Parts: sequence; structure tokens; C-alpha cells
Amino acid sequence: MARELLKGNVAIAEAALRAGLEAYFGYPITPQTELLEHLSARMPELGRVFLQAESEVAAINMVYGAASTGTLTMTSTSSPGFSLMQEGLSYIAGSELPCVIVNMMRGGPGLGNILPAQGDYFQVTRSAGHGDFHPIVLAPASVQEAIDFTVLAFDLTEKYRHMVIIAADGQIGQMMEPAELPPMRPARTERPAWALTGAQGRAKNIVTSIYLKAEAEEAFNLKIQARLQEIKRTEQRWYEYATDDADLLVLGFGTAGRIALSAVQTAREQGLKVGLLRPQTLYPFPDDRIAELAERVQACLVVEMNAGQMLDDVRLAVNGRVPVKFYGRIGGVIPMPEEILNVITTEIDALAVRS
Amino acid sequence: MMTLSMEDIPHLEMETVYSRPESLSSRPTHYCPGCTHGIAHRILAEAFDELGIRERVILVAPVGCSVFAYDYFEADGCEAAHGRAPAMATGIKRTRPDNIVVSYQGDGDLASIGAAEILHAAARGEHITSIFINNAVYGMTGGQMAPTTLLGQRTTSSPTGRDANMTGFPLRMSELLSQLDATAYIARVSLHDVKHIRQAKKAVITALKAQMQGLGFSMVEMLSSCPTNWGMTPKDALKWVETNMIPQYPLGDYKMIDEVRALALERKQG
Ligand SMILES: Cc1ncc(C[n+]2csc(CCOP(=O)(O)OP(=O)(O)O)c2C)c(N)n1
Ligand code: SF4
Repeated sequence: MARELLKGNVAIAEAALRAGLEAYFGYPITPQTELLEHLSARMPELGRVFLQAESEVAAINMVYGAASTGTLTMTSTSSPGFSLMQEGLSYIAGSELPCVIVNMMRGGPGLGNILPAQGDYFQVTRSAGHGDFHPIVLAPASVQEAIDFTVLAFDLTEKYRHMVIIAADGQIGQMMEPAELPPMRPARTERPAWALTGAQGRAKNIVTSIYLKAEAEEAFNLKIQARLQEIKRTEQRWYEYATDDADLLVLGFGTAGRIALSAVQTAREQGLKVGLLRPQTLYPFPDDRIAELAERVQACLVVEMNAGQMLDDVRLAVNGRVPVKFYGRIGGVIPMPEEILNVITTEIDALAVRS
Repeated sequence: MMTLSMEDIPHLEMETVYSRPESLSSRPTHYCPGCTHGIAHRILAEAFDELGIRERVILVAPVGCSVFAYDYFEADGCEAAHGRAPAMATGIKRTRPDNIVVSYQGDGDLASIGAAEILHAAARGEHITSIFINNAVYGMTGGQMAPTTLLGQRTTSSPTGRDANMTGFPLRMSELLSQLDATAYIARVSLHDVKHIRQAKKAVITALKAQMQGLGFSMVEMLSSCPTNWGMTPKDALKWVETNMIPQYPLGDYKMIDEVRALALERKQG
């Protein structure tokens, strides 16, 4: 299939539909609205379900209903809308249902602005809803990756019966880049054995998240935790550049990671021993690889478009082996490669002084 | 003293006059004695049986006393978040248009926290059937004021009686939803005596038929009792429904489009 110039939001929408999306429910919010608009035309064309909900609260509960019937389903939103979805996400987690949620993050808190930001890192990785669970979180840094991760999201959500969030800053949704879409998968007609389809010729199926007895709730939680452990073992993904002989390891995800890469490349041209690791899965976080690299590098520098959130995960992975520094821009400000290069130079100089 | 066993009784031709509907599970319910949730369940199960739709039904239970409603039916079921049953039912019906989707909600669930979801499901004309249990309080959480609580009614969160100056007036959901173009059938019935229970069942059958024919959104609001939180005997509670609730919530068909009227007539003649 040929490469074409695609806007991130449209690319995700089209990739989702080609990956097998059967039912979409959403509510307009910038900077993800093109995703909803694209599907409003394409889904009916293919005889699939598209519905603009009355709110994000309704949208996620429609997703909950559609997921209960064993349908591949998805919603998309941006930060304030994601906040509204949290109760529904928790019910979905508690009912072990697959679904995909796109959060095109924008500046906050409050209404904030519609500019790209990464301030929902904690929310998507740690507090997507009440109770003890983590979604699988994928963080693309280009339109092509957004496409690939959308397909991956559907595969993972089905495989694990566990929700997958695509967490991208608004930049990914809004920018246009050449990218290649996946082929169209044949429509799926099979439904899983647990799905609500009507109790015809079988015992009834129930989708619920209630366990009244503490022991039963604990047993259910242990089951989710075991699944998360398996996900942690097998699904850590990241992109790495020039880490072999690096003294300083720069880390960033999404757009921040991509801009940091330009800075690292320039630093290498200047002979500085800098490498980069860009987590592609925010949950499971690529702790194992970061811990390995922390044995070799002398310091880490985390770059984010927030006040330092992934920073906590890096610190946990590094576990005190080397100092972890931070550079962030907040509120919709995108850091420039030169700013990051300056910080890299300063940190490298500091290392030289220390050694 | 002589003891009799069944064998000693002369053999009689016996006719079954009362049994458990196939759609109702054998599980004992957790409802309080005298609670009308059980009656609503039975009516619904009988309607599923009579229409032969048990195997097509997907029941959406709410958060409230009827949170375990899915346990009491021999049909597929699920449990929605508080107030979101109509949205969940929408997701189910849109992806399973051939199933019969029934959402079951209390008045706190439907008329308060879930007011937006029921309004929009009705406005879209979702092909679902909503069973709305109006017992004028929040039962599950211990009898607090609901949007349907009557003026002057004492509840655990309106201890001196509901005051319109503070909390406004009771919400009449059937009247409200019947104004929407996409609603096909909206009726308010009462569960306080046998005659009214029979009428309630008729309304449920009409509502389900409307869904089976794809005519639009249908809802049956049932005036119900909550003896526990009203602090009454079951009998007094039923009396209270009749004397206090019906004047505030008049019974009847609030919306019946012509196609539904034809279905209802079919039943009368048939
Ligand atoms: C988001 C949320 N808020 C509050 C509650 C607590 N809660 C559970 S049931 C209920 C009220 C139920 O009342 P109603 O819908 O009238 O049903 P009934 O119990 O009377 O049948 C409330 C407030 C909850 N479970 N979830
Ligand atoms: S608290 Fe009221 S509504 Fe709930 S089961 Fe008891 S009587 Fe019924």
C-alpha cells in the first residue's frame, strides 16, 4: 500500500476501521474531532455503528454496552472528556471488557487550551478510574506510529480482554505526515463465548463488576493483577537511539521524545555521548531496559510536555543508580530542539566536571 | 390423631394456576418483604415468556436496589454504572439490533444522576424498553430524597419534608419524555393492587412489542413501594402509593403512536 499525506486524527480513525473497529461512540472535542468526523462518514458506509453521544459520560457507557456484546469498539476524546470517562473506564476494567480509547491530550488543568500537552500521563497510566487497575497505554510519536499503534491496540485489547489507551499529545492528531495505512481486515462475525448475545441454546451470560464479598473481590483483583504482570513481562515497547556508549540518556515520549531525538542527533554530531530512549508503551513502562541502561550511563534526562510525570516512572526504573534530571514545558508549549540541546550540553558538562 | 399424606387424598385432576415463568430464575431475591421490585420482575418475566423472547433478551440492571436484577432472570444481563443504563443499552442495541434490550432503573438512577442519558436515549428513539421503578426515594442508600420525592415527604435527607423552595418539585418523567418525537410508547402504571398489576403487565407487553416492531423508544414507569424506607408495613405502603403517589403521578398512556395503538388493539381482539 502506498504512502499518503495523512492527518494524525484521520489516520487513526481509518486505521481503526481497517483493524476491525465495529462500533464507535464519541463526543466532539478539539484536538481530536477529525477522528469522530472521519468515522461519521466511513462507518455507515461500511454498515458499521457510528453514534455521536450526548456526552463523554454517555460515550464511554455506550462503549461499555457495545464491548459487552463482544464487539470491537472504540471512543476518542481529549483531556476534559477523558476525565468524564473515568467512571465508565473503571466499570469496563471491572467487567474485563476489551475496548480502545484515544486521548489526544491538550493543555490543562480545567478547560485549559487546545494545544498539545502531556499532562494526562498520570491519569492514563495510574488513575484511568477508581480501583486497582492500569490500562495498556500506547504513546505514538508520528502519524505512522499512530496508525501502527491503533492496529496494535485492537490486537492487544482482544488478546488480554483489557482496555488499551492511545495517549498522544494533540500535535500527533493535528499534524500531517506521509504514512501508510494498513490493509482492510475482513469483517469479524464471531463473538466470544462470554459476550451478551441472548441466551439461546446456552446458559445465560452476565457482564458485571460486582463482588460483594471481600474475598471474591480480592480474588478478582488478583486475576487482574496477574494479567497486568503478564502484560508487563511481554508488552514493554520502546524506541532507542545511540545508547551503546552514551554517558547521558535522554528519555521522552510522544512529541517530546521525538523533539528530544533531534536534539540528541545534533548533540551526537557535536561529539557528545548522548543516547535516547522513547517509551512507546507508557503502561507497561519499559522499566527493564531503562534499569539495564542505568547500569551503563552516568545520568538520565527526562523531557516532557508537562511538569514531570513520566519522570516518576523513570526514577522508579533507575532506582537511584544515577541522577535523573528533568526538563519540561507546560500548558501547550512545545519545547524546541535547541532548548533541549542546551540542557543536554549543560548536563554533559556537569558530568565532565564531576568525573 | 390421624395423619394424612398426599397419597391418602383422592386423585384429583389438577390444573396449574400459578408457577414460575420460564424467564424468571429460581434464585430467591434479596428484596425486602413487601417490596414491589419483585412484582415488576415477575411481570417482566411473564411478558418475556408470552412473547417468546427470553433467548433474545439482554437486560441492563442499574445501580440501586435492583442492582442484581440480572440474577433473577433466565436471560443475558449486565450491570450498568449509576444512571448510565440507557447509554449502555444503546451500545448493546446498536451492536445487536435483533436482540431485545431492556433497561431497568430506579428513580434516583433514571431521573437524577442519569437524567441526561434517559432523555437522549429517548430523543434518539433508541429501540430499547425502559422499565422505570418510581418509589419516590433512593432505596439502596437508605431512603434519601429522590427527584420524584413528593412535596412534604420526609426522607433521610429531607427530615422535615421536601420543601419546594429548597429542592424544587417532583419530576414527572413520563410526561417529560412523552414530549419527545422519537418516543413510541410511554405509560405510567402502578403496582399497588391486582387490577393495576394486570394493567402494568399489559403495558410492558405493549412496550416490548413496540421494540420488537422497531417502532422506537418505549418506557413503562411503575409506581412502586419501598416499605423499608417509608417506614410502613407493606400493606400501608401499597395504600400510600394509591392515595399519595397517584395524585402526583397520574396513571395512563402518555404517548402511544398509531402503530403502537394498533399493536395494543391486536392484543385486545386476539
Ligand atoms: C456514581 C455513584 N453515585 C452514588 C452511588 C450510590 N448509590 C447507589 S444506589 C443509589 C440510589 C438508588 O436509588 P434508586 O435509583 O431510586 O433505586 P432504588 O434503590 O430505590 O431501587 C445511590 C445514590 C453510586 N453507586 N454511584
Ligand atoms: S429498600 Fe425499598 S426498594 Fe429497596 S428492596 Fe427494600 S423495599 Fe425494595
